[in-house]
Amino acid sequence: MRKILKLAVATALLAAGAMTAGAANAADPLKVGFIYVGPIGDHGWSYQHDQGRLAIEAALGDKVETVYVEKVAEGPDAERAITRLARQGAGLIFTTSFGFMEQTLAVAKKFPDIKFEHATGYKRADNVSTYSARFYEGRYVIGQIAAKMSKSGIAGYVASFPIPEVVRGINAFLLGAQSVNPDFKLKVVWVNSWFDPGKEADAAKVLIGQGADIITQHTDSTAPLQIAEEQGVVGFGQASNMIKFAPKAQLTAIVDDWSTYYIDRTKAVLDGTWTSTDTWGGMGAKMVGMSEYTNMPDDVKAMAMETQAKITSGAFHPFAGPIYKQDGELAVAEGAVLNDGTLAGMNWYVKGVDDTLPQ
Amino acid sequence: MTGLEAVILTIITASTPLLLAAIGELVVERSGVLNLGVEGMMVVGAVCGFATAYTTGSPYLGVLAGILAGMAMSLLFGFLTQTLATNQVASGLALTLLGLGLSGLIGESFTGLPGVKLQPIDIPVLSEIPFLGPILFGQDILVYISVALVFVVSHVMARTRTGLVIRAVGDNHHSAHALGYNVIAVRYGCILFGGACAGLSGAYLSLAYTPQWIENMTSGRGWIALALVVFATWIARRVLIGAYLFGTVWIMGLYAQALGIGIPSQVLSSFPYLITILVLVLISRNRTLTKINTPACIGQTFVPDR
Repeated sequence: MRKILKLAVATALLAAGAMTAGAANAADPLKVGFIYVGPIGDHGWSYQHDQGRLAIEAALGDKVETVYVEKVAEGPDAERAITRLARQGAGLIFTTSFGFMEQTLAVAKKFPDIKFEHATGYKRADNVSTYSARFYEGRYVIGQIAAKMSKSGIAGYVASFPIPEVVRGINAFLLGAQSVNPDFKLKVVWVNSWFDPGKEADAAKVLIGQGADIITQHTDSTAPLQIAEEQGVVGFGQASNMIKFAPKAQLTAIVDDWSTYYIDRTKAVLDGTWTSTDTWGGMGAKMVGMSEYTNMPDDVKAMAMETQAKITSGAFHPFAGPIYKQDGELAVAEGAVLNDGTLAGMNWYVKGVDDTLPQ
Repeated sequence: MTGLEAVILTIITASTPLLLAAIGELVVERSGVLNLGVEGMMVVGAVCGFATAYTTGSPYLGVLAGILAGMAMSLLFGFLTQTLATNQVASGLALTLLGLGLSGLIGESFTGLPGVKLQPIDIPVLSEIPFLGPILFGQDILVYISVALVFVVSHVMARTRTGLVIRAVGDNHHSAHALGYNVIAVRYGCILFGGACAGLSGAYLSLAYTPQWIENMTSGRGWIALALVVFATWIARRVLIGAYLFGTVWIMGLYAQALGIGIPSQVLSSFPYLITILVLVLISRNRTLTKINTPACIGQTFVPDR
């Protein structure tokens, strides 16, 4: 009997304790959830998003708590993963791959009080924002470096799929190169995969075999840069700083930097000022960064930094006219700048690309 | 380096992993076992090879670890299909899924690390001969092993008693059993050999082809190796031809793109598969030849009556 009494008292005490804890709930940290398509150790896309998550923790401390799910396949699986985060009490969820678009919207409908942020998508709702980065700004800078560093005047581009994002990158790279050397040549090899180190390496070898002494890529592995290192040519890192894979070959890397945006958006939820928006930020918004300029002479470095500064301040736009399409047709007149709508759906090459765009 | 030399060197690296995995699977299938787990064994070989080479700093230890890992995976398959007499197709598919998952787990702390490259042997003087030197004498050891394996397997299969026993087991396990051969033991041996080759092929990927570990880095090469065995109608030398044909067409597709030939890249990258199918059709027209070499008992479970 006495035992039971003790138990009852203990339970009551515990319950009281739980209630005081419940009262403290108002100051509970905001739970921020992340869905990644790859492993965070991919050293590219998902890795950079995770760096953004860590930045939130570092900046906002105990006001937030973050959770993530990695290696979520695009498609029905994603809906389950997002729902789970929502059920776990997340107040803000970042879904960080294009293929999570429909699933994000579906879950957002069921949880109207939770805020969602979908990367690289174009469909929004009252509680779903979209965001992406203007990586082409970085491509223009590396194009300029390429033209300065190349002896053969030919660069090789390992490309994934002929979608606007990739085509825009190729064009920006070549426009940058042409601003230094108008006769600069660009060879493109499509591997039809985002991620196949073997194929990417083969493509890089083929491009080097055809005279390219600069290798750049729009695929996710470090393989093309490693081949560049091995064969004594130079290249650029993709999405993340890849210097440890190619200490002699990496000139710089275009680094996806989501931290500023992630911190801002999390703060907005904490303040209650969050609204559904569409963000497409570049160097100015600190969403695109360049890793340290290495393995190049000082004048090239100075030029790259100057261009980077001009793009950051908004004084210069990589797609400022005059720009000619591959067949010579004038696409952007002198003094004009290509508008965001055309940029977002870009499906044509600029003059000088030595490739036929797969349709 | 001349253009053609670069092409040939690239073709060799692209073909070698296919050749290694296919020659192992050929022996397995010749003994009447269909192991669809090549991809799984390969990917585990790749991660164990990388992890060992990274930890010890020796790519050769890595190669050894790749072989052992492939064998360990195949031993599991052997236990399931031979000792427990489960369905080979299902077990093989399960082995692939297991391998892909397991390798991700093992490799978790090894992703994004620069690897240790298996250096070419570079036989002095000989490798300095223009053109032929780097192609014939400047490869890494696994390239030589892959080609040597073809001839060894070819010889053993056609000319030795061991080969005869393997073929007998694969063609009619009941007769072989009645003659007093231990069907299960022979098949275990072949399965282990296949596992070793697949593991070696995986190690080639993570140590020589692209020295790094990335999840799912085999990206379907195990399946191509399986197809190559059928393509070769279970004749070892034809695996050599098949693997190099596949590699050549693949690399030529990339070259055509870089040269700016106006064929859409999607069509070019499907060429290796189209050509493989075409050759398969042509080969299957000679029914007698195909029939002679197809292991009659392939995929069938054998339970000895005691």
